Amino acid sequence: MDAFTTHTGTAVPLRRSNVDTDQIIPAEYLKRITRTGFEDGLFASWRKDPEFVLNQPHHAGATILVAGPDFGTGSSREHAVWALQNYGFKVVISSRFADIFRGNSGKGGLLTAEVPQETVEALWELIAEDPAAEVTVDLDKQQIRSGNLVADFAVDGYVRWRLMAGLDDIGITLQSVDAITDFEKQRPGFTPTTI
Amino acid sequence: MARTLAEKVWAAHVVRHGEGEPDLLYIDLHLVHEVTSPQAFDGLRVTGRGVRRPDLTLATEDHNVPTINIDQPIADPISRAQVDALRANCAEFGVPLYALGSIEQGIVHVVGPQLGLTQPGMTVVCGDSHTSTHGAFGALAFGIGTSEVEHVLATQTLPLKPFKTMAITVDGELPVGVSAKDLTLAIIAKIGTGGGQGYVLEYRGSAIRGLSMEGRMTLCNMSIEAGARAGMVAPDETTFEYVKGRVHAPVGSEWDEAQTYWRTLPSDADAVFDAEVFIDATTLSPYVTWGTNPGQGLPLSASIPAPESAGDEVERGAIERALEYMDLVPGTPLREIPIDTVFIGSCTNGRIEDLRVVAEVLRGRQVADSVRMLIVPGSVRVKLQAETEGLDTVFLAAGADWREAGCSMCLAMNPDKLAPGERSASTSNRNFEGRQGPGGRTHLVSPAVAAATAVVGTLAAPADLPKL
Ligand code: SF4
Repeated sequence: MDAFTTHTGTAVPLRRSNVDTDQIIPAEYLKRITRTGFEDGLFASWRKDPEFVLNQPHHAGATILVAGPDFGTGSSREHAVWALQNYGFKVVISSRFADIFRGNSGKGGLLTAEVPQETVEALWELIAEDPAAEVTVDLDKQQIRSGNLVADFAVDGYVRWRLMAGLDDIGITLQSVDAITDFEKQRPGFTPTTI
Repeated sequence: MARTLAEKVWAAHVVRHGEGEPDLLYIDLHLVHEVTSPQAFDGLRVTGRGVRRPDLTLATEDHNVPTINIDQPIADPISRAQVDALRANCAEFGVPLYALGSIEQGIVHVVGPQLGLTQPGMTVVCGDSHTSTHGAFGALAFGIGTSEVEHVLATQTLPLKPFKTMAITVDGELPVGVSAKDLTLAIIAKIGTGGGQGYVLEYRGSAIRGLSMEGRMTLCNMSIEAGARAGMVAPDETTFEYVKGRVHAPVGSEWDEAQTYWRTLPSDADAVFDAEVFIDATTLSPYVTWGTNPGQGLPLSASIPAPESAGDEVERGAIERALEYMDLVPGTPLREIPIDTVFIGSCTNGRIEDLRVVAEVLRGRQVADSVRMLIVPGSVRVKLQAETEGLDTVFLAAGADWREAGCSMCLAMNPDKLAPGERSASTSNRNFEGRQGPGGRTHLVSPAVAAATAVVGTLAAPADLPKL
């Protein structure tokens, strides 16, 4: 996983609340057995509408998604994170994220920056005025900057550390393999096995 | 210190605790299916890791298997690739698998409890958000993403931050004709799809104690639709009765030992929850959803709401969008909405008790000409049980379609789909846009309402049907 410290790019406003993972990546796209190639499915049904924001040529190449509250609700599919990343997004900004989505994002290296709804609105306005405005998301300072706008964002401290160190989860856990083995020795005998 | 059920189960599984770090939690049971596992196994191969505890892992094929002609190769090439990948991965890593055609195959959340693998006090995970179902046994059970699936396969643990706890107390007796499904839709309508965010819900109170295990599973299953990570019900005699004698249940002195432990699990009387919700069961009636998230539900006797009734701009927009997608007009009584397809099934309501309720309504009646009705048992065992009881004869005589086990039209990854614009009454758990097929419109309902709707052709409860 690449380390994440600060990112600068253009942003897309997604003026919708309660964007569930079925919208981010509809189920029909989940059948692949690899981890790449999910960009075609991102917001697939909305993208059929030529007016949809991602279809606007001036938002091409954007790497930051600024969404309404309750982003990523619904199914736990991690493909939602992969789809956003495969499409090119590095950061999603919203006033509230669904728990599982936020967790999946941290693990996959996609930053979910939580801000008050006013900041979202301010960013939406800023992008509306100038779609090419550069937005910087500084994970070290936990700050979003663009033009005159400077806003703090919240992110889980552990996720922040991992993103900044670019660490793989399993590797961290396997440092505790002895503790796992010890734990297994004292599990009650009545707990079931599947074999 | 007084602790809640969730806190006790959590504490019993902490492998490593460090200040400011997530706890490393041991996982007792890891359920696997074909859709969210291929990339996880792929990851193991890439990093040269193995499956630490195949004996605590169980795979089944459910999400995109066909529900007809299951003796033939799966027609859809991508579904077939996923199923083939699961079979190859399970063989390579030594994970037990109940494949299509096995008598133990079925929806992962139906299979676990049915085999007695889901027991009180356990930690259960699966790459599927409705893993919350298993909380009905007093297990801490929650959905995980694919990289967490890989993590559990490799280490049998997960690093997790403790959840907050919310008590949902439902007192009083549920009125006749009101089921766990109606209760859960009413709870979600009350607290909203984000209301449970960050919480483990514990359902308690006399109405919950009065529910069967099937009903508790329905309730816990849909906790995720309230935004919660998990739902739980404290184990009691009903739980023990259900677990006892199942294939993987403890026997002899281990049964006694287990039961002694399980009895220590219910929340202490003076345990403090981070949030509390109270519901009077006696005020409830059959609930149906009218919109595009499970929180957009109302009593069947109500009418389609107007956007003007919304509390704020965001909600108003949400109602407008939902009405447009659902093609509904404010003020229309819910009972007047015509339905094209009725789907009975899913891990929410695809168990034997649900099928019995449906059969009771359909017995001696006919599915309306305008309606196609699909009945999909949650597992092969459920199917066989239904056939032993003659329920299939009732379904077929009424004009319903009786299928093989699987997720089917719950998420429409197999050929069971709604056509664009088609409207369903469904016993599943999600009414999101396109969930049951692109452009399809879903009303979530209980099995009883689904069956009555199939007969009438518009949303209806059994009480609306003429007496036979
Ligand atoms: S029945 Fe539906 S909700 Fe349940 S596991 Fe299958 S797809 Fe998921």
